[in-house]
Amino acid sequence: MAEITGIKEIIRPENLVYKRTKVMTDNILSYCPGCGHGTVHRILAEIIDEEGLQSETIGVSPVGCAVLMYNFLDIDCQEAAHGRAPAVATGIKRLLPDKFVFTYQGDGDLAAIGTAETIHACNRGENILMIFINNGIYGMTGGQMAPTTIPGMRSSTSPYGRDVKIMGNPLKMTDIVATLPGTYYVTRQSVHTPANVRRTKKAMRKAVQYQKLNRGACFIEIVSNCPSGWKMTPVESNKWMEENMIPFYPLGDLKTPPEEPASNLKPEAK
Amino acid sequence: MERELRLMKGNEAVAEAAIRAGADGYFGYPITPQSEILEYLMEARPYQTTGMVVLQAESEIAAINMVYGGAACGKRVMTTSSSPGISLKQEGITYIAGAELPCLIVNVVRGGPGLGTIQPAQSDYFQAVKGGGHGDYHLIVLAPASVQEMADFVGLGFDLAFRYRNPVMILSDGAIGQMMEKVYLSPQKERSKKVPEWATTGKPPTRERNIITSLDLDPKAQEVFNQKLIAKYDEIREKEVRYEEFQCQDAEYLLVAYGTSARVCQKAVQLARVEGLRVGLLRPITLFPFPTARIRELAGQVKGMMSVEMSAGQMVEDVMLAANGKVPVVHFGRMGGIVTTPDEVVENLKLKIMKV
Amino acid sequence: MTEEIIIAGFGGQGVLSMGKIMAYSGVMEDMEVSWMPSYGPEMRGGTANVIVILSSERISSPIIRSFDTAIILNQQSLDKFEGSVKPGGILIYDGNGITRHPERSDITVYRVDATEEAVRMKSPKTFNMIVLGGFLKVKPVIRLENVIKGLKKSLPERYHNLIPVNEEALARGMEIIREK
Repeated sequence: MAEITGIKEIIRPENLVYKRTKVMTDNILSYCPGCGHGTVHRILAEIIDEEGLQSETIGVSPVGCAVLMYNFLDIDCQEAAHGRAPAVATGIKRLLPDKFVFTYQGDGDLAAIGTAETIHACNRGENILMIFINNGIYGMTGGQMAPTTIPGMRSSTSPYGRDVKIMGNPLKMTDIVATLPGTYYVTRQSVHTPANVRRTKKAMRKAVQYQKLNRGACFIEIVSNCPSGWKMTPVESNKWMEENMIPFYPLGDLKTPPEEPASNLKPEAK
Repeated sequence: MERELRLMKGNEAVAEAAIRAGADGYFGYPITPQSEILEYLMEARPYQTTGMVVLQAESEIAAINMVYGGAACGKRVMTTSSSPGISLKQEGITYIAGAELPCLIVNVVRGGPGLGTIQPAQSDYFQAVKGGGHGDYHLIVLAPASVQEMADFVGLGFDLAFRYRNPVMILSDGAIGQMMEKVYLSPQKERSKKVPEWATTGKPPTRERNIITSLDLDPKAQEVFNQKLIAKYDEIREKEVRYEEFQCQDAEYLLVAYGTSARVCQKAVQLARVEGLRVGLLRPITLFPFPTARIRELAGQVKGMMSVEMSAGQMVEDVMLAANGKVPVVHFGRMGGIVTTPDEVVENLKLKIMKV
Repeated sequence: MTEEIIIAGFGGQGVLSMGKIMAYSGVMEDMEVSWMPSYGPEMRGGTANVIVILSSERISSPIIRSFDTAIILNQQSLDKFEGSVKPGGILIYDGNGITRHPERSDITVYRVDATEEAVRMKSPKTFNMIVLGGFLKVKPVIRLENVIKGLKKSLPERYHNLIPVNEEALARGMEIIREK
């Protein structure tokens, strides 16, 4: 009888509580344990699946930790040069205006080398979604200081902590793009607790639905951790993020649509 | 079909030819001496007629990356610029070559290095035919010598780009961009509705996802890819060489020149012939692939060759490789935006090759 | 037949458009033509020039440094291009504002006081047409009917009401040009 409460029982369809979305592939994620990227990938893949957009989606992956995003999401994807994803996405969306086009970029990509492309794509009001993973560090290249590294924060190129007198100030890109007339929805979220994951998913769904309205750029920053780069355990890194990053980059909507059509208030409406 | 006769600047001819060739998109940024292309397209507003997208980007870098995005959707997209702007585009161009995307890039060359001058030059030859950006790759390079060819090479460029999934560059210069000549324009072609099987247009359930990338972290796989590119370039070398000859049959001396310099040399040949000198001209139309075999053949016939370029001497290296030591090969050229004259060419031919 | 011409003067005098009308007229005459302007910052308020080549054969180099005809509309251009006229060629100039007149004796020099005449005609914009009339009088390389056709081609439709006054200006230029 013990066998019935075992694996066979658990996998019965009526006992199913969670299923991996079909928009994620079988490839093993290349992200470090505890990193936020995997969670954000899953949220995005679930939304694409739930909104029935797999055949309508073209993603643009960055240079950085998410460079191999196209290995994990089962969608058509383009790999952009470092920082250029918003320009690449502009080209795609202008030529295929009925498709859902998103970029997925880290802070070095979006807020340093790609600052011009980011601001101008937002300012032109390109109908694309930009997902911005901000972990305050260049993760892929081994933990160098990023444009978003907060004052005092250590990295391999600010080993004594970021001294703003020498290294300049961190850049709050999300605050900047929220002021531009071309953006429609701008929000800052995180994925370090189940509640935050739910809020991020809600925000992501809204952004994806807003894209169908063609009213401008949607921009989601996700304040994230980098256990390897920060040299912390996943748990420590989440705690450090909550105590240091989030006060500097407070969560919540920075810009919401002036008029929210009723259908967008209910995520289940399609 | 009737071809329409117009008097146009080379730059305008590129723009009009792009619309008529059924281009899907143009992404540009102003720079002298080629800004008329973007101006012409903005005035023509093809997005209201053929549906061709025209967008002024925030930089040359953004423009070439918009081209990348559009090209990866299987569309006929292009950008144009002049030397300093083309330098900025090199990052995008190497990614496009590495992702094997078709697109058209026009360089209306001005003198350099640096900001240089806005006057015509041919000093971007190395950049155009030897790679330009990082990594092992080639562009197909077309060198127009008239406003007519500026127009004709747009359609040809797109066709070659799609045939080989390779970026094509039209290497022009400020003189051809700015001057007006008669041009016969082809009738309007419809924009292609064909979607290449590799294009990213959204993954339907019926196929695997399409990925456009130039990244391969596995050295073995990357080498296989490099070999694939080499095979492609070899095929291009075999099938796509284009050139034109003037009075080469009985030539004792050969001028080799492309674009504006070829126009000057054509007159130089006439002047030399009046003096009884048997001079011929070979004008490469494709700079990659280069007409190596024909020049090698002519090396068995002539006593010497002179490469005439508005540069410090770049194409001359390819002429030397082609001649392979059989005959002396020298360079003559003016720089800084100065276009050489036919008299100077004849004078230098006598001085440098005939030693008279 | 090949006629190699340079037109040079101040930006705003209609130098480039005169060249354009010549080129269009050449097309109407079924000739080969090229029109090669100077371009860039030197044109902003400074001097402007354009090389026009009209030929019965395929044109080789569009950029040349000696000319059959130089049409000169200010002192700087006279200083710059007087020496570029081929021996036996012609130089046409407007005397307005000229303090040092052409000095060469191996070319034929003509003067057409178009600035003055345009003021007299109360239509300063036809200045360049008066000059062109003068040129056509001494070098009838294009028939007048084709010049009118060329004018129509190069003028936007909304200015076609100005064609009669331009025709008149061409005729005036033919009358007032004088050999020096």
